[in-house]
Amino acid sequence: MFSANRSEENIKRNLRKIKTRDFFKKLWANKMARTGIIIVCFFILMAIIGPILMPFKTTDIATTRDLVFNKPSAEHWLGTDNNGRDVLAYLVNGAKASLMVGIIATLISMCVGTIIGITAGYSGGWVDNLLMRVTDFFMVLPWLPFCMVLAAILGTSVWNIILVIGITGWTGTARVIRAQTLSVKEQQYVERTLSLGAGKIHIMLKHILPNVFPLVFSESILIISSSILTETALAFLGLGDPTNPSWGTMLNDAYSTGAMTNGAWWYFITPGVCVILVALGFTLMGYAFDEILNPKLQKK
Amino acid sequence: MGKRVLKRFLSALGTSFFVIIFNFFLFRILPGDLTTVIARSNTSPEVKQRLIEASGLDKPLMTQFGIYIKQLLHGDLGSAFYMYDNSSSVLEVIVGRIPNTVILLLTAEIIAIIIGMIIGTICAHKRATPLDTGLLSGSLVLYSMPTFWFAMLLIFIFCVNLRLFPTGGIYTAGTAYHGWMLIKDYLKHMALPSLCMGFAMVGCYAVTMRSTMIGILTEDYIQTARAKGFSTRYILLKHAIPNAMLPMATIIAMNIAFILGGAIQLETLFSWKGLGQLMYLALDKRDFPMLQGCFLISTLAVILANFIMDILYGFIDPRVKE
Repeated sequence: MFSANRSEENIKRNLRKIKTRDFFKKLWANKMARTGIIIVCFFILMAIIGPILMPFKTTDIATTRDLVFNKPSAEHWLGTDNNGRDVLAYLVNGAKASLMVGIIATLISMCVGTIIGITAGYSGGWVDNLLMRVTDFFMVLPWLPFCMVLAAILGTSVWNIILVIGITGWTGTARVIRAQTLSVKEQQYVERTLSLGAGKIHIMLKHILPNVFPLVFSESILIISSSILTETALAFLGLGDPTNPSWGTMLNDAYSTGAMTNGAWWYFITPGVCVILVALGFTLMGYAFDEILNPKLQKK
Repeated sequence: MGKRVLKRFLSALGTSFFVIIFNFFLFRILPGDLTTVIARSNTSPEVKQRLIEASGLDKPLMTQFGIYIKQLLHGDLGSAFYMYDNSSSVLEVIVGRIPNTVILLLTAEIIAIIIGMIIGTICAHKRATPLDTGLLSGSLVLYSMPTFWFAMLLIFIFCVNLRLFPTGGIYTAGTAYHGWMLIKDYLKHMALPSLCMGFAMVGCYAVTMRSTMIGILTEDYIQTARAKGFSTRYILLKHAIPNAMLPMATIIAMNIAFILGGAIQLETLFSWKGLGQLMYLALDKRDFPMLQGCFLISTLAVILANFIMDILYGFIDPRVKE
């Protein structure tokens, strides 16, 4: 009995492995996904290795005037800023904060959205009603003003910014997950498990969650790009963490020190291009995941 | 129809009520509330005392809430901490700035909807050609672009280098234009921000329009129309686009809460004297009554806009009647 169980589990595990390998094969074959993955991996590497290769301190200020707003040259590939700091080093070091905020904030909104979506969809009745009212309420709140107010009240450390973006970005996920839960709930096997005496929590965790997870995944990847954009906007408006400069902080610096009027295009164009590339990378990945994981889209 | 409108109206009213309560407690309960902010600010003890008394922060919370509701019913949002000789009525300042924001956002929204629908239709019609790929990638780039960065780029190109447009403001300083000249001057200042805002939104509309149109173009009635021998132009204009309006209306309604975010970034960059710039200035000075007022008014505006969209929806889609 025991060994039979073991081998059954082995087969299951193997099946899962094949499925996963199949998934990655499909992913790599998809042009959009491949482009997205390459872009995102490049920037993640940049965030990890970059600071080691090009150390950077926001407090490093040039002592001579000839270092101010230097054009790109062999010595400074992307020129220098108003304080004579190397723009490339600033850029490489800004990747960490931007990516970190985007990814962790998305994890928070993913958890909140999934919990609310599954609970609402599975419970139905007044719980569903109440939770959806709350979701509607958060959807109506204008996103950036709300983030600004929250960040201004809580203070602008990196963790507060993550929290602010995380707790404002879950509404879409909650709605999508609720709709999916409603359809999974109607499947016969859920009813069977229920009649076997399984508890609510057990069904939600063991049967509904695995079924809505692919959706959660592709939805979350799309949210990462909007989280990164939100962080950039908040930092630009002066709500960035000064000790953890991101690309948004960099753009704020460039704007407030007059990079535009001084013709220092290298200073403000580069961080923007990085933000676009990263956001685009995640968006492409999200769309591709959706295409692969969503059976409805496959049929078309 | 009347019943539906009433239902929607009551729902909007309910949400507004929650927003009003939320707006009060948001600024009073969280760590870093008004009292802490005032204590932290580097003004003299006399000013701090005045601010605390003026905001009624020395009274118990529920009394404060009572005062807040009572003032609100009288259309009073309190007075500013520091901005505008530190005792201006918040509501007056906000109301004075609303027209500028509404004009800017409406123009931008119309630009975005028209261009987005054209791009989306072309993409769907020429699906899987280089033209489609090019336009789609362009839309995705626009979609992933920080709005304020696009504005910086445009200012750099058109204002600093080409000197085609003024860099900011609403009117040219030091002029006293009248009539037509005044309008011309206003429009000249508005051109760049509204185009910028419009293009920032195009991506979202184009992508939605494209996927909707692709779905519609495979429907049977389109095949029938083709079989009847109608021209492609006629089929697109008379059969496909009207049916794509519905998902577009949904996306436009969903976007309302987002465009205010774009307005804050753009108005700040172009020094456009609207609600968004006011909010930025209030944030910058940590003028909380002003910030609170802006937040309340902009949220209520979103609720109102959603309500209007809901009603319009009933006209676009005859199936929504109940």
